[in-house]
Amino acid sequence: MTAEHNLGLLSVNIAGIKMKTPVMTASGTFGFGLEYSDFVDINKIGAVVVKGTTLLSRSGNSGVRIAETPAGMLNSIGLENPGVEAFLHETLPVLAKYDVPVIVNIAGNTVEEYGELAKQLDVKGVAGLELNISCPNVKQGGIAFGTNCESAASVVRMVKKSTGLPVIVKLSPNVTDIVEMAKAVEAAGADAISLINTLLGMAIDIHNRKPILGNIVGGLSGPAVKPVAVRMVWQVAKAVKVPVIGMGGIMTAEDAVEFMLAGASAVAVGTANFVNPYATVEIADGIREYLNQQGLMQVSEIVGKVRTEEW
Amino acid sequence: MSKMIVKAPVVQQREIAKSVYQLTLHSPELTQQAVPGQFIHLRVTENYQPLLRRPLSISSVNRDAGTLSTIYRIVGQGTMQLSTFKTDAIIDCMGPLGKGFDLQCHTPLLIGGGMGLAPLVFLAQRLCPRPLEILMGGRNEQELFWQTVYRDICDKIHITTDDGSLGRRGFTVDILPDLLDKGTFDRIYACGPRPMLEAIAAIAKQFAIPCQVSLEEHMACGVGACLSCTCAGTDGKRRKVCTDGPVFWAGEVFG
Repeated sequence: MTAEHNLGLLSVNIAGIKMKTPVMTASGTFGFGLEYSDFVDINKIGAVVVKGTTLLSRSGNSGVRIAETPAGMLNSIGLENPGVEAFLHETLPVLAKYDVPVIVNIAGNTVEEYGELAKQLDVKGVAGLELNISCPNVKQGGIAFGTNCESAASVVRMVKKSTGLPVIVKLSPNVTDIVEMAKAVEAAGADAISLINTLLGMAIDIHNRKPILGNIVGGLSGPAVKPVAVRMVWQVAKAVKVPVIGMGGIMTAEDAVEFMLAGASAVAVGTANFVNPYATVEIADGIREYLNQQGLMQVSEIVGKVRTEEW
Repeated sequence: MSKMIVKAPVVQQREIAKSVYQLTLHSPELTQQAVPGQFIHLRVTENYQPLLRRPLSISSVNRDAGTLSTIYRIVGQGTMQLSTFKTDAIIDCMGPLGKGFDLQCHTPLLIGGGMGLAPLVFLAQRLCPRPLEILMGGRNEQELFWQTVYRDICDKIHITTDDGSLGRRGFTVDILPDLLDKGTFDRIYACGPRPMLEAIAAIAKQFAIPCQVSLEEHMACGVGACLSCTCAGTDGKRRKVCTDGPVFWAGEVFG
């Protein structure tokens, strides 16, 4: 089997974004990509999804921002970022040196802010946008848009009006009906859906009786959330026609394959990067191995192929 | 200088005081690059419990032997698990991470509180043969086993304890102005609890002595990606403790 053939084995096209592998980075866990360049060849990643970007810079939440929980972690960073202008002038030119699609995760306080961000980011070097309507750690915006179908749809419509770039909508798991949300953003024009963002959680220090996080509550990620994420990806993938990007606790290639069988056309690796900086590339290698073992020619052949009908 | 991940064999694991361990790893690559003030980021289990790596300061380096060690106290599940690694076990070690101390000085004063004394050992080694004085503080005599660690590297050791069981009763900052009055220090290096560092920074400013502080924060990635460890800089911009620090000029983080 030629190297070229092997490359084709893993390539995916998500809403027009061509990726060498189906393994992306999850926003907020890979910085702007460059932070990990000592460890991984950025060119070998499916797509780099950069840290949530806002119109103006944000300093994030005060106090303790992370807490470890069983097989997972809580975070309440609070969207600390240098703002869209700094991203465009300082980070993007450096990222442009790599042969990797750059997807910018954006968060606004108002529908108009999402529109403005989308407009400013419609530039060469940005392959797509991911709408963060599900950050559990900021008071305004974020999750407020992600837990109400109509608000979510209005954000998507505004962004679609403001950019020609593919628009991925990242859903919050902190809703009663994830399928309803997915259908609402699809109807509003979303080109792809990514899920799940973190699950809202809390941890308490029993000795001083205080919450461990300065923000009291935070988002749960890591292996602990994986079964919830796989279930939601499965439900959503069945209900929508747009591609689904699955994430939530992926640590290994086996985890990634599980998400793809559930219906994800691509996956994103988040918390695993903190533990194993090689995770994105190792997981792509592992998926390749799985496909070879199964005698398959293309990674798309496993998408949604969980055999639920036999149960 | 680039960051790396090595599978480092344990050369020795030794309890040097109650619940305090010195772990020595063999990694010529890391020892060649490491500078005082930097840290390593260790994976204590292949499983997910605990999930995250543990950031620990490098407390000494032996380039000839290709070994480096870290001194840590058992405070939770991660450090508990780390303490079970025996000689020849392999540890997944990221490093060297962070920005270290600036060594351009002639007559430094080292100040350490509690486990903040760990990274200053490596610093003291590299500052030799300059005349070295250290001011150390701890809760009690038992916590200041450190005096035996520093006895051979420092010319003068000043000690304070909260309970007065060793040295002067009180905090390091209680006797610091007096030391600075009498001495001819051209640099202060400090590591310890944040309130202590803040007080030291204020006194150093009064005496117009350049001061570097090493901060400690909860950390996940260790490479500047997750922003778990950032703190406010005096210029209004955020600082990442893992990559902009852990060593800062006092004026960068304390007003």
